[in-house]
Amino acid sequence: MVEFTLPKNSRPDPGAGRHYAAPGGAVRPRTFRVYRFDPASGARPRVDSYELDMASCGPMVLDALLKIKNEIDPTLSLRRSCREGICGSCAMNINGVNTLACTQSCAELGGGEVRIYPLPHLPVVKDLVADLGNFYAQYAAVKPWLQARTPVSPDRERLQSKEDQEKIDRPSACILCACCSTSCPSYWWNGDRYLGPAALLAAYRWIVDSRDEATGERLDALNDPFRLYRCHTIMNCTEACPKDLNPARAIADIKRLMLERQH
Amino acid sequence: MSLRSPLGVVLGRGSAGEGVAHWWAQRLGALALVPLSVWFLVALVRLPLADYAAVTIWIASGWNLVWLVLLLGMMCWHSRLGIQVVIEDYVHSPALKQAALLLNSAAHAVLVAAGAYALLRIALRGVP
Repeated sequence: MVEFTLPKNSRPDPGAGRHYAAPGGAVRPRTFRVYRFDPASGARPRVDSYELDMASCGPMVLDALLKIKNEIDPTLSLRRSCREGICGSCAMNINGVNTLACTQSCAELGGGEVRIYPLPHLPVVKDLVADLGNFYAQYAAVKPWLQARTPVSPDRERLQSKEDQEKIDRPSACILCACCSTSCPSYWWNGDRYLGPAALLAAYRWIVDSRDEATGERLDALNDPFRLYRCHTIMNCTEACPKDLNPARAIADIKRLMLERQH
Repeated sequence: MSLRSPLGVVLGRGSAGEGVAHWWAQRLGALALVPLSVWFLVALVRLPLADYAAVTIWIASGWNLVWLVLLLGMMCWHSRLGIQVVIEDYVHSPALKQAALLLNSAAHAVLVAAGAYALLRIALRGVP
């Protein structure tokens, strides 16, 4: 059966969390509860709480995490790079919602503690770093590149109308942060066989590309009860996307195209 | 521990080459059930349910039997497809999954056969 609960040694140890109190004279203290796990230690995961003075901290959750790492606890591991929502590295689960730490403002989370966990239902490498190996393999599996047989002279572009370009404009904006796929219950239960919303959005981006000539092969590759049809239109993907894309719509469109070529 | 590459695992045995038919059948079944269920519920409200003879006459008369058999068939078909998806979603042990899928099909086949038998028996029992 599907594992609805974590194995015992993967559950955070409630007694092991460390507490780092706010510095004396803090003006606006706020608590960040951060999931910690170090596979090398052999210990169960724990949730550490850090009290930060928001008066001397940047506005975004990533600013808070970097403040923790720089000033309080350098052992905290997280991925980050661009700090402006275009690289997709700092995707994590913040107050129960998958999003990018760099574009999530602390103020918009309301008052109270901020709970920060790695992306759900993935193997954890360390702390907030999840193993995305399967996720990237699923992206590679949809052959995310132009496939065309018509030869084009090397000094010419493959032309595309403005309307056709607009069809791929939004889906191309995906940054592969994995917020959508890891928010999808169907992906949680069947992530080994269901490609997930991110990979399907990438597949859709090439299926509707007017320059691509492998549409049939692409649809053939998706015509599978698990790869595509494990999508049950739950829509968490669209809800979670920090780039405001609509993977659920893309998947529905793939299903429609699949049907249209049959009837 | 497997040393197979993640891409190798994802590509696996390739696409099964089917999935559209099941998905479409489930949607069409749902669509067909809307008018059939509405018709049945309206009929139930209007029937004198305490009167056994009146109900059996209603079942046997005109198109009622046809719609009832259709409703029964569609309900069982739709339910079989739906429960199949639930099993595929949540049951991962191969042997248990195959057994559950077989049991699902068999149970629905028995259900539809028993229902049809009951309806036909009422209808063919010499109602005036």
